[in-house]
Amino acid sequence: MATTLAKAADSDTAAVDHAARIEHVSKSFAGPTGQQLVLDDITLDVAPGEFVTLLGASGCGKSTLLNLVAGLDRPTAGSISTDGRPALMFQEHALFPWLTAGKNIELALKLRGVPKSERRERAEELLELVRLKGAYGKRVHELSGGMRQRVALARALGQDSKLLLMDEPFAALDAITRDVLHDELTRIWRETNLSVLFVTHNVREAVRLAQRVVLLSSRPGRVAREWRVDIPQPRRIEDAAVAELSVEITEELRGEIRRHGQH
Amino acid sequence: MASTETSVDKTGPVDEAEKQAREAGRTGRDHHDLAGLEAGLDALETVQSSRTPLRETLVRKVLPPVVAVALVLVVWQALVSFKVVDDPSKLPSPGAVWGEVTDAWLQGTLLDYIWTSVSRGLLGFLMALAIGTPLGLIVARVRFVRAAIGPILSGLQSLPSVAWVPPAVIWLGLDNKMMYAVILLGAVPSIANGLVSGVDQVPPLFLRAGRTLGATGLRGTWHIVMPAALPGYLAGLKQGWAFSWRSLMAAEIIASSPDLGVGLGQLLENGRNTSSMSMVFLAIILILIVGIAIDLLIFSPLERSVLRSRGLLVKS
Repeated sequence: MATTLAKAADSDTAAVDHAARIEHVSKSFAGPTGQQLVLDDITLDVAPGEFVTLLGASGCGKSTLLNLVAGLDRPTAGSISTDGRPALMFQEHALFPWLTAGKNIELALKLRGVPKSERRERAEELLELVRLKGAYGKRVHELSGGMRQRVALARALGQDSKLLLMDEPFAALDAITRDVLHDELTRIWRETNLSVLFVTHNVREAVRLAQRVVLLSSRPGRVAREWRVDIPQPRRIEDAAVAELSVEITEELRGEIRRHGQH
Repeated sequence: MASTETSVDKTGPVDEAEKQAREAGRTGRDHHDLAGLEAGLDALETVQSSRTPLRETLVRKVLPPVVAVALVLVVWQALVSFKVVDDPSKLPSPGAVWGEVTDAWLQGTLLDYIWTSVSRGLLGFLMALAIGTPLGLIVARVRFVRAAIGPILSGLQSLPSVAWVPPAVIWLGLDNKMMYAVILLGAVPSIANGLVSGVDQVPPLFLRAGRTLGATGLRGTWHIVMPAALPGYLAGLKQGWAFSWRSLMAAEIIASSPDLGVGLGQLLENGRNTSSMSMVFLAIILILIVGIAIDLLIFSPLERSVLRSRGLLVKS
């Protein structure tokens, strides 16, 4: 079932090909009390086609790490390499309201140089992939929260990146919609050879989706522990096996959080 | 966030019915089931936006101002009829002003007055647009330029543009060039400032999303910043037009010369010189109507269509 790995250092370092390689990355920001260390010596690989979730409480710097991998910010120390420019999905859909759903996707295609004649067809295909056929001409405000995130997913897929970074993309959705989107994401991930680095603070979500769950400690963020999730897909969030591993990880997460109250 | 998924205490004994439902859910959860569930969710949560019917628009938007104008006319006529103000050189009757309108129409000069001013105003506004837009973009995007001229630009907005008329007359003489100079000095700061505040209000999320899509530098400006700043920019244009029109009227009133042709400002000044209060009233009413008409015919529809397409128009 669920085997616990020791530490990130154990993972296969011989593999040359990787979707993302994060090596000894630290990040500090100027805070009110001088330099504040947010990420401390993070080392993490995402293999091609792998689905990894980064799990942690508030202040563990998981979003910071994702921004670094996305190239939106630079690490203070260490190095990050990715296989091409990664796509990024946010908690907010971040769709452009001046464009229709279809045109949002076409902008991603245009910016990576897809010729004009192919864009429309490709955008329709991507919409079909997220099961939003017919939403091409819809304005962003005409779509529901779940539909917006699916268009955002289609737009991210339109970047044709090898790595998809997701920053709590379903956190603002209601439980049923989130459940459906988990299924969709798993389906799309299995249909494509995409690697996913998925940030969440929701333990069940992490276990439901990932092949590997990486727990970060807080302030500063360090890799605390890793779990390989061998539960066969498609999983359900209420599966007993998912629940069982979630209990174990939650215990660990609680321990991490508890440590902060002690000093 | 206290969602049910995170709470591990919920894994206690499960009653039989729930277990059965769960099993049923698992086996029935094939491809089509998920698609169906999703379609249901989409249908339930989609907002239907429709346009208001014409009749309702007429009743709620057109009727009130018509009533207000009619009321003003009634009060005006009453003031004259009941001899509250019994001096036509102070307050002409609505009929006398209407007489001016028909006279000017029959002489064929009414449209000339209007066209002289409107063509000047619009041409001046277009020039202000061509200068104010790149200027605003540079001020918004280049930090040094913003620090250098940003405060001056917003300060210029509070300077009444009529103050520019005397120097403009001295520099450029009594001709159209001077009119355009005054319009530009009035409208360029408004347009530039509108764009600057539009750019400032672009949500950082859009910029980050744009950057991950590869829209950086000029491509970012063109694909993300400009469209995102459009509502603020349009508000600036609207104000820019108001400033153009005001500046032009000030220039026309102060600097009248036979070579310049009679615009609405000169008409007002002529009315004063010939002590014809009804002509003064005619000029004021025409100035007001043109100002409102341009706003109503050009800027408001433009602004509304932009806001509507983005779902930002709140129906009242």
